[in-house]
Amino acid sequence: MNKKALLYQSLSERILIIDGAMGTMIQNYKLDESDFRNEQLTDHPFPLKGNNDLLSLTRPDIIRAIHQAYFEAGADIAETNTFTSTAIAQADYGLEHLVYEMNYQSAKIAADVAREFTAKEPHKPRFVAGSLGPTNRTASISPDVNDPGYRAVGFDQLVDTYTEQVRGLVDGGVDMLLVETVFDTLNAKAALFAINAYLDAHELEIPIMVSGTITDASGRTLSGQTTEAFWNSVMHGNLLSVGLNCALGAKDLYPYIKELARHANCFISAHPNAGLPNEFGEYEQTPVQMAAELKDFVSHGYINLLGGCCGTTPDHIREIARMANQYKPRLVNGALVTVEE
Amino acid sequence: MNIDKTHIEESLVAHVLRDPTIPDLRLSGLEPLIVNEHTGFVNIGERTNVTGSRKFARLIIEGNYEAAIAIAREQVENGAQIIDINMDEGMLDGEQAMVKFINLISAEPDIARVPFMIDSSKWPIIEAGLKCVQGKCVVNSISLKEGEDTFLRQAKRIKMYGAAVIVMAFDEKGQADNYERRIEIAKRSYDLLVQKVKFPPQDIILDLNIFPVATGMEEHRHNALDFFMATKWVRENLPGVHVSGGVSNVSFSFRGNDVVREAMHSAFLYHAKRAGMDMGIVNPGMLEIYDNIPKDLLERVEDVLLDRRDDATERLLEFAETIKDKGTAKKKEDQEWRKWPVNKRLEHALVKGITEFIEEDVEEARQQHERPLQVIEGPLMDGMNVVGDLFGSGKMFLPQVVKSARVMKKGVAYLFPFIEAEKREGDQTTKGKILMATVKGDVHDIGKNIVGVVLGCNNYEVIDMGVMVPAEKILQKAREVQVDVIGLSGLITPSLDEMVNVAKLMEEEGFTLPLLIGGATTSKIHTAVKIEPNYQGAVIHVLDASRSVPVVSQLLSKETQTQYKLKVREEYQQMRERHSGMRQRKNFVTLKEAREQKFKTDWSTHQVTKPSFLGIRVFDDYPLEEIAPYIDWTPFFMTWELAGRFPQILEDEVVGEQARILYQDAQAMLTKVIKEKLLRARCVIGFFPANTVNDDDIALYHFEGGQEDRSQVLTTLHHLRQQTKKAAGKPYMCLSDFVAPEETGISDYIGGFAVTAGIGCEEIAKKYEADHDDYNAIMIKAIADRLAEAFTELMHEKVRKEYWGYNAQEKLENEALIREEYQGIRPAPGYPACPDHTEKATLFDLLSATNNAGITLTESFAMLPAASVSGWYFSHPASRYFGVSKIDKDQIEDYAIRKGMTLESAEKWLSPIVGYDV
Repeated sequence: MNKKALLYQSLSERILIIDGAMGTMIQNYKLDESDFRNEQLTDHPFPLKGNNDLLSLTRPDIIRAIHQAYFEAGADIAETNTFTSTAIAQADYGLEHLVYEMNYQSAKIAADVAREFTAKEPHKPRFVAGSLGPTNRTASISPDVNDPGYRAVGFDQLVDTYTEQVRGLVDGGVDMLLVETVFDTLNAKAALFAINAYLDAHELEIPIMVSGTITDASGRTLSGQTTEAFWNSVMHGNLLSVGLNCALGAKDLYPYIKELARHANCFISAHPNAGLPNEFGEYEQTPVQMAAELKDFVSHGYINLLGGCCGTTPDHIREIARMANQYKPRLVNGALVTVEE
Repeated sequence: MNIDKTHIEESLVAHVLRDPTIPDLRLSGLEPLIVNEHTGFVNIGERTNVTGSRKFARLIIEGNYEAAIAIAREQVENGAQIIDINMDEGMLDGEQAMVKFINLISAEPDIARVPFMIDSSKWPIIEAGLKCVQGKCVVNSISLKEGEDTFLRQAKRIKMYGAAVIVMAFDEKGQADNYERRIEIAKRSYDLLVQKVKFPPQDIILDLNIFPVATGMEEHRHNALDFFMATKWVRENLPGVHVSGGVSNVSFSFRGNDVVREAMHSAFLYHAKRAGMDMGIVNPGMLEIYDNIPKDLLERVEDVLLDRRDDATERLLEFAETIKDKGTAKKKEDQEWRKWPVNKRLEHALVKGITEFIEEDVEEARQQHERPLQVIEGPLMDGMNVVGDLFGSGKMFLPQVVKSARVMKKGVAYLFPFIEAEKREGDQTTKGKILMATVKGDVHDIGKNIVGVVLGCNNYEVIDMGVMVPAEKILQKAREVQVDVIGLSGLITPSLDEMVNVAKLMEEEGFTLPLLIGGATTSKIHTAVKIEPNYQGAVIHVLDASRSVPVVSQLLSKETQTQYKLKVREEYQQMRERHSGMRQRKNFVTLKEAREQKFKTDWSTHQVTKPSFLGIRVFDDYPLEEIAPYIDWTPFFMTWELAGRFPQILEDEVVGEQARILYQDAQAMLTKVIKEKLLRARCVIGFFPANTVNDDDIALYHFEGGQEDRSQVLTTLHHLRQQTKKAAGKPYMCLSDFVAPEETGISDYIGGFAVTAGIGCEEIAKKYEADHDDYNAIMIKAIADRLAEAFTELMHEKVRKEYWGYNAQEKLENEALIREEYQGIRPAPGYPACPDHTEKATLFDLLSATNNAGITLTESFAMLPAASVSGWYFSHPASRYFGVSKIDKDQIEDYAIRKGMTLESAEKWLSPIVGYDV
């Protein structure tokens, strides 16, 4: 059975667990500038510390270990360490030239670890989702309050940058592509445009996931859309799943997931933060608390894919997986979506 | 009868096919819009459409985006659930305007909450819009007009962008105008979209063409019924689709009679909704509640809509007459005002533009005042102040103001002999003296005359020097009568240079008077960059007649003038700085590169049609009644500063009433012109053997009788090529691309024409002016302009079908002609595709246009009479209109050599498109 069919089969059987935060785990390693440099980068003129995606090239051992920890905790899906691996985001570090390699290596590391675990536990195949972040520029919001018509980035530029990222991720062996933390839907539409064009051109069928971000209690994305408007805007993207992640803890995210589940005709994902950060920016929600809050999501049958975002650790994922295993996945239109061969 | 009636009605109710596997149509702005059987009728707003709203067009062209955004906001506040955005306007860079406007309204949550409809006939504009919209929008529209390949390619892209689409019932053969054609095209479009593109069926919205009924034409009887039946058919047979359209078209033949129109709209909508139409453009102000339509009227309306009786049209017309009669009765009551006191009567006459009683009322007022002058300073000025206030606050429109001026002038003319008889020293009757002139080389004066009238209405004394006035004469006169302001007007591009000239001369001669600049090709930016730096006095661009009064009053008021001048000066200074900033960013390819990437016309499959004759043919005294049906009325309303597309403008909420009155007056004038043969229409056309040589030139060859001799060049036409950098793969256009290059060995042809309908116009206008009737003086000129354009359109059609004959099969309605949906183009020298006015000299030589059509050229290559049109005919199916836009020095140098001009002279004639600092 190919990986796509295997994925659909798994989705029909159970709620799949997405891994937790990458950044939170990396923080624990207390890295310094030298960890972010390899031979090629010894003379690079900009400081690189904090460019976590770069670790896939400079400290692949750490990234590999984090993926292992999440799979061990019960995650079915690892997200690649590529949230900021786009030419636009890497321009801050002067590393545009490494974007393809960063994506390729990150995908390869995760795919290797997934393969090892699948071989060990064939009844629980592991998957890799290539993570495509929002970049640090918005296509439908002006960064200049005095000039609301200005845009710091355009659709075509986003399509180009995402195409490069997709090429690296696909070449590196991801099983699906996840456009996540969408705070400006136009950025996501550019990503979907790039992905679908790339897959078409290369006659590939890699499932696509989208996950938006509701920024606060207004119930809207940063670019102002309601959850349903967001769904309407991305539903053309040939999607395996749509969901929400980041910004909110599970409890606050609940009404929006519920709304999404009411409207969307594909699988639903959620990976909230571990509560809201305290005044030091730390997430304090314990694994048990978070899993308890997420119980409402699955007991009502809203969810197919569940995981964690900022502040979550393998312990959180373990707790969430244990809880979610007791419930059935969401039905789509009264029936499970099955793979079209 | 009753059974039959019910039967027809019920048979039109669609049993909409519901396929549970097809989801709802889901659109979004910041908020969702779901279209399904529970939604009700979705109302699309179309005020943010430059082709539908003159006001919006003007704001966008001016760059007044703030006010344009306000229109969008108002529309959403008034209940539009989707807003249609269209920037298809010749003066605009459509892609740039679309992007800018969408970006701006995206930042306004109270607008951006609704989905956008990106409306253009140009694919690049649509695609540019699609790239700016985060929500799920609608594309308006695509069709099979240009064949399946284009249709499928565009549909695939739209699907990639995630938008819904409006598909017009239009195919290679033309627009669907009956039931069978509607369903044939709808089904074919649907099948292609769903099967070949895998387009989501719920995202397909069909526009099945709403056409007028009760026109008196036998073939229009079925128009509404065919629409209902076709709507029902598609909703029952094409699962998932939606149906949209513009409703007001249906009542077109009853314009002017709102009672009937409103009844028709709501009855139409009633049946259309039942047949399955679920979206559309409806003016809520023009809709009666279905149940409130009087039964007798409703019966007649539905007889027409459902084509239930042979005499349905006659019966509705009869009924409409009775409603009109009621209107006349109301008019009789309106005579009530004659009983008011005289001052009130004068005010009423001025506001309403009634000249009938003005002399007797003025006489009565004169007897009540000590001096005749006091009548002007008192009641007449008071009345005009009311007019001025109403105009200033947008409650009166230009045609009304011009009519008010007519009343005023007649009143003043009556008093004039009395005033002369007792003239005293030091009488100051006006607020200031304004000198106005159309500059040397230019003959266009409608706009100038309107400004003159408006200023006159506001108690300024206007000294109008007419057209083609040399700079020296203007300044001489200005000194002689000691004017307070000079106003210059011009329409053609060389006039811009002449205005610079006037400004320079004023500086040399030490003038300090304010200088006003106005006219169609003038602009604030040109005034700021080119004119103002040449003159120390104030130079101010005046956008239109309504702006002239506030500008002049601020300039002449002692309290405000200093500050106002300073403010304008600063503003222009900033504009210059911004402009120079922008110029540096202008990106050109070299002329060589542009030529290498020229438009690749397909000559291999093209069959050139030889014209039915070579050489010229002359038409004199062409019957005006044949020309009149070709009139495009929309620009006529623009002349009068009424915003909107014809015929929709006649029912516009704001200007509709005035538009109807103006239209009636125009029709009356047109009838008079035709009946009394007041204008003479003349024209000359010609066809010549031609090939493109050296990329951008077109060589015309000798011929004798039907025999061509392509070894001998008769003359050479010179064209310009686009040069501003474009996206990779986009061609750099030049008109010569549409004529077969010599090296292809294909014998190709080009045509030329010079058309006028203005012979006799000046004399008539003078007569009206002598009678103090500026309204009709302007009217006759505006009508002559329209006839000239209409005559041009008519000749072009005859050329396509007959004289050249390359498209003998063509069959297009006037609406389609206006939208230029035909093969081949007729660009005019001096306009965007061939911006060099001097090429007119070659054209006029070829056609002997002065002898054959009675049109002369001024030193700036303006045509006299003003109501004239000249240009070239191109026949290749790929030929299309475009703007050359700015060009770089290498091309101007090359062009100067080709034309045998000095570089300096070429830069002067092409100054509007020179893309570098001279």
